[in-house]
Amino acid sequence: MTGTDERPLLTIDGLTKWYGRQLGCRDVDFDLYEGEVMAVVGESGSGKSTLLQLLSGQMEPSSGCVVYRQRDGSIADVWQMSEPMRRFLFRTDWGYVHQDAQLGLRMGISAGGNVGERLMAVGWRNYAAIRDSAKSWLDRVEIDSNRIDDTPRTYSGGMRQRLQIARNLVTAPRLIFMDEPTGGLDVSVQARLLDLLRRLVADLNIAAVVVTHDLAVARLLSNRIIVMKAGEIIETGLTDQVLDDPSEPYTQLLVSSILPV
Amino acid sequence: MTAPVYNFAYLDEQTKRMIRRAILKAIAIPGYQVPFASREMPMPYGWGTGGVQVTASIIGPDDILKVIDQGSDDTTNAVSIRKFFSRTAGVRTTTATREATVIQTRHRIPETPLTEDQVLVYQVPIPEPLRFLEPRETETRRMHALSEYGLMHVKLYEDIARHGHIATTYAYPVKVAQRYVMDPSPIPKFDNPKLTDCPALQLFGAGREKRIYAIPPYTPVVSLDFDDHPFEPYRHDAQCELCGAADSYLDEVITDDNGSRMFVCSDTDYCETRRATGKGAQQSAPATEHRS
Ligand SMILES: Nc1ncnc2c1ncn2[C@@H]1O[C@H](COP(=O)(O)OP(=O)(O)O)[C@@H](O)[C@H]1O
Ligand SMILES: [Mg+2]
Repeated sequence: MTGTDERPLLTIDGLTKWYGRQLGCRDVDFDLYEGEVMAVVGESGSGKSTLLQLLSGQMEPSSGCVVYRQRDGSIADVWQMSEPMRRFLFRTDWGYVHQDAQLGLRMGISAGGNVGERLMAVGWRNYAAIRDSAKSWLDRVEIDSNRIDDTPRTYSGGMRQRLQIARNLVTAPRLIFMDEPTGGLDVSVQARLLDLLRRLVADLNIAAVVVTHDLAVARLLSNRIIVMKAGEIIETGLTDQVLDDPSEPYTQLLVSSILPV
Repeated sequence: MTAPVYNFAYLDEQTKRMIRRAILKAIAIPGYQVPFASREMPMPYGWGTGGVQVTASIIGPDDILKVIDQGSDDTTNAVSIRKFFSRTAGVRTTTATREATVIQTRHRIPETPLTEDQVLVYQVPIPEPLRFLEPRETETRRMHALSEYGLMHVKLYEDIARHGHIATTYAYPVKVAQRYVMDPSPIPKFDNPKLTDCPALQLFGAGREKRIYAIPPYTPVVSLDFDDHPFEPYRHDAQCELCGAADSYLDEVITDDNGSRMFVCSDTDYCETRRATGKGAQQSAPATEHRS
């Protein structure tokens, strides 16, 4: 397809997940457009992580669908795809940033290997080219390229998170999922990471779904916001509008930081 | 005292049939690790119980068995496996590669080219080439199923990043018949080129890990590498000081307490055969070649 495609990149329809008799989330619908950042907020246990796992093809929904517009313009239901296709998508067109960097990185492998893995997975076989690409990505996430051969074990929390981001962005994904990307980091480290994320997402025109319990993160990063409670969306809209003028009592409580998150 | 009565080649017929079915499946899917119900053998793991079970399942009364351990026919391990089969199967044994119909090996491929009439049985400690990077068995199986082998190159990448070259010298990963990535067992990478297009059937048995895999005769086997760091078999830049061979894999042997050392063929049969036919270090050393 040429020019801009106005259709949503991701269309979520009636997404529901039951863990046995325990509800994970129910009847979630929304569209996500190219370059758009969507925040998902809500108290602990409201279904944010469940939703993110369903969206990113890591967990199969009990019902409902996740429809993705591919680079060639064709539309595909993520759970109707073959497993190899889905996994390929996950490694190339999509990214996933875990709150716990240890889940998103190979801790025993050098930073260069961590960043280069996706390239090798899609068939890159030139060592120098892989290394150059890894270097330039370390640079973009503000990691000194002298650290390219060190393992993330020797990295600080903030660096690990930035390395995780580089590892995901190296294949120029169109869509990235983040679960509490700044969770567990010092405030000053958080600020730097947020600033970096905001710039990268804007520069690369990446769409993102960011789960966060931190409304400041939502405000800084996202265009739109989804407020979840007990597994359902209770309010959604433009981030600034929802946060400045919440219509639901629950959101009002959330904004005034009364609810435990 | 009455000697215990064994079935031919120790294993009972039903067990052998089960193992043969696994072997047939392995041959049908070159490089694929077939699970099998590995049996306890009267020797400890690490002594080649996987290879012994494979050999026991394919050997017949007319076979002639050779057993090597790192190229040598006379280590304790090789001798005891040979004895085991001459006692339990009454088969002839040999140290001559040319004469053998079944060769069980630990960590080497003989220098003498193999033929269609031979089967090479490898003893395998760790069959899973992805294990080092991905410890989860469910995940490595899926990676094989979907041919997701990027991780294998991550391992080679790490080698180059650390050492400036691919420093993996043993158990160097290969791709079999353009499909499965396979660990060739801890043979030196010098032996990797012998894996491909080999006239002999190659069978791999891992006892502790309960896996059998195979390379059928004349199967293409490629060592993984990068375009700008191509696979290179390694050999000491020297000749065998006993037989003068300049093409064989060499062991470095310490000869006295002062640290004197010499290079000799790791394949003892190859070396002895050359010497018996009049080849020696002095006679055959080409004048133009010097050891560095
Ligand atoms: N694997 C699971 N098995 C059973 N219940 C689960 C599982 N994961 C989450 N849940 C339940 O689903 C609900 C939503 O959880 P989760 O998506 O983790 O919420 P959040 O990320 O917003 O804290 C909670 O009630 C939680 O206890
Ligand atoms: Mg969560």
